[in-house]
Amino acid sequence: MQQTAPVTRITDFMKQRMAGFNPQGAIRALTMPVLGVLVFLLLWQMAAQNVTTSLGSLPGPAGVWEQAGNLWEGHLEEQRRAAEFIEMQKERNAQILERNPDAEVRIRPYSGKETFIDQILTSLGTVFSGFVLASLVAIPLGIVVGLNRYLYEAVNPVIQVFKPVSPLAWLPIVTLVVSATYTVEDPMVSRAFITSMVTVSLCSLWPTLVNTIMGVNAVSQDLRNVSQVLRLGFFTHVWRVVLPSAIPMIFTGLRLSLGIAWMVLIAAEMLAQSPGLGKFVWDEFQNGSSESLGRIMVAVIVIGLIGLVLDRGMLTLQRLLSWDRASATH
Amino acid sequence: MSHSRPHLELSSVGMGFPVKGGTFTALEDVNLRVNEGEFISLIGHSGCGKSTVLNIIAGLMRASRGGCLLDGREVTEPGPERAVVFQNHSLMPWLSAYGNVELAVRQVFRRSMTREQRRDWIIHNLELVHMGHALDKRPDELSGGMRQRVGIARALAMQPKVLLMDEPFGALDALTRAHLQDSLMEIQRELNSTVIMITHDVDEAVLLSDRIVMMTNGPAASIGEVLDVPLERPRDRVALADCPEYNRCRQSVLSFLYEKQQKVTPMPQRTARPASDADAVNA
Repeated sequence: MQQTAPVTRITDFMKQRMAGFNPQGAIRALTMPVLGVLVFLLLWQMAAQNVTTSLGSLPGPAGVWEQAGNLWEGHLEEQRRAAEFIEMQKERNAQILERNPDAEVRIRPYSGKETFIDQILTSLGTVFSGFVLASLVAIPLGIVVGLNRYLYEAVNPVIQVFKPVSPLAWLPIVTLVVSATYTVEDPMVSRAFITSMVTVSLCSLWPTLVNTIMGVNAVSQDLRNVSQVLRLGFFTHVWRVVLPSAIPMIFTGLRLSLGIAWMVLIAAEMLAQSPGLGKFVWDEFQNGSSESLGRIMVAVIVIGLIGLVLDRGMLTLQRLLSWDRASATH
Repeated sequence: MSHSRPHLELSSVGMGFPVKGGTFTALEDVNLRVNEGEFISLIGHSGCGKSTVLNIIAGLMRASRGGCLLDGREVTEPGPERAVVFQNHSLMPWLSAYGNVELAVRQVFRRSMTREQRRDWIIHNLELVHMGHALDKRPDELSGGMRQRVGIARALAMQPKVLLMDEPFGALDALTRAHLQDSLMEIQRELNSTVIMITHDVDEAVLLSDRIVMMTNGPAASIGEVLDVPLERPRDRVALADCPEYNRCRQSVLSFLYEKQQKVTPMPQRTARPASDADAVNA
């Protein structure tokens, strides 16, 4: 009744963000970052020329930019071919149907090689699936464990042991388990995808779990007293007191988890040979053409940029959803 | 009055906390009978177990010995018929003033009131504490006094049999406190609620109470004296300043606190030995 609708909250939020915009301040705020990037590019150019590898010297910014262009061209080219392929089938089907109206016709999908852009989309899909799976496990589990001191004492050692485990250690186990258990005929999603996703989940689960437990633990005694005086039932207590109270901490955990998920994913894709940016990097490395180094660097920069965007996205989400704006800073 | 069954009764309540090497007795043999519509203040030095008494009545703590009866039924757990106004407001920081009162009202009256009735009841209670203008404000947008008003509105909205207040105005500045005391007197006169309030403030106790329960110092704190405050209501703080009866009550509480129950805190004494040790090291 008295709560504002989500839509107005979003527009209010946008207005708030736009209200403080002044061009002079923006220029001043941008000066140093732009300068920093320029100096970095300069140093990169100078250093790259002096590093010689078996594939030639390291590419400078210009070479990497060129490769980025090539990758984009390649993507457009593949799209064009796919369109042609579909078009060709349609024409042929039309001819078949003309001769025999009862004939069964179908259109086979284009199975060309995956482009760089496709790999990015695949990676994003995998990381989100893994992250969502991890969150769906970590948040409810964290709430249950956080509410019960004994359970916490029991679970804590397990968490502490598994938290620092690297994705590389999980991967063989996950691969074996997935190949043993995921034995569907004609599977909708590939086994490699499941392997990467589960590995991402296993590694990114912990920050959300730990932060949720901490958040639930930190619900103030005063608020718990209020809940007791009101005789709130267990679920009402969790839903209306514990969860909102822990939300800022949970979001902090989610942000950390998403960052880890993205880092783990690249490693997992490399090792598991599941499609995505990691595999792209690995394939280029194996390829060993003169363009490979440039392409790998494009991938490195894209990975970094996507990581940044993911983090900013989570921060914005946190600002929108959490009552405690103060906790949603850098 | 003394023949009728009391509204609230504490009988030989004792409280012990387990500590290393035994039990720490915080309270011993606390007996108190409170009538309906009475305003009782609990006063005493800090650490004398006032809050423990209040928590036992609230049901947030169980007495080790003795017990608490409300309308003849033993208090075993917290409940909305014994609403508490906490010292530091204890509002949900993510809910508006309206939302905070709603949380209580929805829980207590979910069966007996329709949605519209509940809405009116929430607004009515917030207006009672003069917070009708700030329904949508969240606690961090309100001043300390306003938060405490919302806390009182939330407690009143539960329609408690007894309203328990744990130093409700302790954290407020003097002017705000006076303002809220006046509001509380007004509300109490209107609703004739039974109130038990912890306070450190002698003037507050005399101004608001029908009876002042003075507690001895712990450990094993108990009720030292109970003072009747026979001042007529409504009471006016300015007029009372010159009233002999008011000053007699005030005098009596002050003398209990600062003469009979003087809190002796030994000053940390410097002994000669560590100094000489230090000298020896330096030398």
